Amino acid sequence: MAIGLAHYLTVAAVLFTIGIFGIFLNRKNVIVILMSIELMLLAVNINFVAFSVQLADLVGQVFALLVLTVAAGEAAIGLAILVVYFRNRGSIAVEDINLMKG
Amino acid sequence: MYQAIVFLPLIGALIAGLAGTSLFRMMGREAEAFGHDTGHDHGHGEHGDAHEHHHQPPWPMYLTSALLIVTAVLSWVAFIGYLHDGGVQKFEILRWVGSGALSANWVLRIDTLTAVMLVVVTTVSALVHVYSIGYMGHDPHQARFFSYLSLFTFAMLMLVTSDNLLQLFFGWEGVGLASYLLIGFWYKRPSANAAAIKAFVVNRVGDFGFALGIFATFLIFGTIDFDPIFAGAAGQVGKTMDFLGYNVDVMTTICLLLFMGAMGKSAQFLLHTWLPDAMEGPTPVSALIHAATMVTAGVFLVARMSPLFETAPYASDFVIIIGAITAFFAATVGLVQNDIKRVIAYSTCSQLGYMFVALGVGAYGVGIFHLFTHAFFKALLFLGSGSVIHAMSDEQDMRKMGGLAPHIRITWVMMLIGTLALTGFPFTAGYFSKDAIIESSFASRAGPGAFAFWLLVIAAAFTAFYSWRLMLMTFHGRPRASAATMEHVHESPQVMLIPLYFLAAGALAAGFVFKDYFIGHDYDAFWRGSVVSTEIIEEMHHIPAWVIWSPTVAMVLGFLVAWLFYIRRPDLPATLAAQNEPLYRFLLNKWYFDELYDFIFVRPAFWLGRLFWKRGDGWAIDGFGPDGVSAWVVDITNRVVRLQTGYVYHYAFAMLIGVAALVTWFMFGGAH
Repeated sequence: MAIGLAHYLTVAAVLFTIGIFGIFLNRKNVIVILMSIELMLLAVNINFVAFSVQLADLVGQVFALLVLTVAAGEAAIGLAILVVYFRNRGSIAVEDINLMKG
Repeated sequence: MYQAIVFLPLIGALIAGLAGTSLFRMMGREAEAFGHDTGHDHGHGEHGDAHEHHHQPPWPMYLTSALLIVTAVLSWVAFIGYLHDGGVQKFEILRWVGSGALSANWVLRIDTLTAVMLVVVTTVSALVHVYSIGYMGHDPHQARFFSYLSLFTFAMLMLVTSDNLLQLFFGWEGVGLASYLLIGFWYKRPSANAAAIKAFVVNRVGDFGFALGIFATFLIFGTIDFDPIFAGAAGQVGKTMDFLGYNVDVMTTICLLLFMGAMGKSAQFLLHTWLPDAMEGPTPVSALIHAATMVTAGVFLVARMSPLFETAPYASDFVIIIGAITAFFAATVGLVQNDIKRVIAYSTCSQLGYMFVALGVGAYGVGIFHLFTHAFFKALLFLGSGSVIHAMSDEQDMRKMGGLAPHIRITWVMMLIGTLALTGFPFTAGYFSKDAIIESSFASRAGPGAFAFWLLVIAAAFTAFYSWRLMLMTFHGRPRASAATMEHVHESPQVMLIPLYFLAAGALAAGFVFKDYFIGHDYDAFWRGSVVSTEIIEEMHHIPAWVIWSPTVAMVLGFLVAWLFYIRRPDLPATLAAQNEPLYRFLLNKWYFDELYDFIFVRPAFWLGRLFWKRGDGWAIDGFGPDGVSAWVVDITNRVVRLQTGYVYHYAFAMLIGVAALVTWFMFGGAH
């Protein structure tokens, strides 16, 4: 079975959807939300790389590397925020984080 | 001199009202007032004059009384001058209103009619002031009371000295205000407040007509000064004007509208309901305002406007009919009332009806003569009844009196004189004036005059009955009061009795001393055109003898029945009342006028008010107006706020939905 573009896109879409549902259905831990965001970024990266190969254009792979660095930075900052948040509030359960309502 | 007569009461009212009441003392000494408000217990110890709050200084009452006595003396001097010569004198005080074609200057107009009214007003007012020194001696608000009394006197004097309709209206409303204030003088009593409001509102009905009459006068004559109106009245006969879409006769309309004002102020039939309730005020007020002076303002108005009424025979007929009905109606109600002041109040109402009959038939001098004599004996009766009430420890129900004559002999004599004069005992004041009215009604045009004549004769019999009933129930028979009250029965102090002596002298002598001037052969020389002179004065001296005797017979009849009912057979009234239960109830409830008005006017007014309040204001304006809009905004934002849960994933979900919708639109919509 030849693995074509459609397979890559399908995997990416599945990963992206899993990431989205990870955000919405998760009621426990904020870290899971961060992980879900990572998943979605991965799905985007797969799309970039797949199209880069398909279109024989290296810009897509360069962009994928850029996304990876951004994701790393985002994970670092996100985790740092979580640590501070936990220190302040004593909890990082999703239910407790509702200070943004009017 | 006339300026002094008019303005001395005002000065007294201002000084007593501003400097004599606690209002002014509070303004001057805020610290003390503050101290009294905060710590009452230590306030008494610290301030030596703390007891002033209970016993006011007596100078306001002496001041106002002294000024009024001066005024009364001056008025008598003026009046005696007018007995033999006089004419119209005018004193301009200031230019008052000048607006376009309307100009009304503040001018004191003095003629015979005014001179008569000045004497009546200032004499009764001065005597009532003196009487009140005794009667209101224990009242904590003396200064306010005397200030109001003087203010009333000033307004009444403004009314009778007016030279144009606007000035008259000023005095008219001024006495209305003073009447309101004095009826509600004991403002802690709900019934007094209700009576004051009732008097004010019922008078507004009449004043509405009066104001329309003034407007109509200005429209037709282009001026509201008396002299040009009187001069132009004859030229307007038969002309018509548009009023409410109808073509109506000018003079009849104006006169009817003016008479509507007079009906309100003089408590005539249909607008009479406020007068008996006005008895809630202190008794001296009833004597001054609601018997002798203010209620006669309507009579004065019609007499003053006599040149107009002479040109409007239909309006005059209306005056006769209303007057006669009032005289009869009030007398029937007076037959069964048990409150001593209410009997006299209905009697006043009835006597005012007599006066209007005289005015309606054209015997203006006769009407004013009755006003003049009535002021004396009715004020006497009121002040006498005040003396009785005083003696009975504030009991007003005649069923709880009886047998008082030996205890308060002087008051009894005074009341007797008043009753004799009221019932028209020969050679007392009422004998001349009331009989003259009955004679003039007989001598007048056939229709309404004859109607009035019979009603007045019957009313004369009723008058005698209820007056003697009052006397016999109060002073004779067995005492029905409790033993404790009877022990306290005491004669009033001299300061209350001296005014009674003066009034009694007036009630006895005012008739035969002045009858030649007012209604006799000096008629034209005395009145000098201040009221219109008609041939009725001449005709009333040529009438059958039985007519002249009829009021006297009626009086004797009334007395005999009263004597039979209350001395000879005290059980008869109760039996009679039981036999004619419906009639008795009908009379006792004053022909059910209060209930009728309650049903026709008061309830619908309340209903309308409640409709405007609940539906108009509460539902429409608060629902859709500013309050409603703001309530909606709050309501909507409250719902919107609930969307903001604060959970990150809800916001993310919303974003996702939005993105999905956008993408869908881009893919399938018309965005290409």
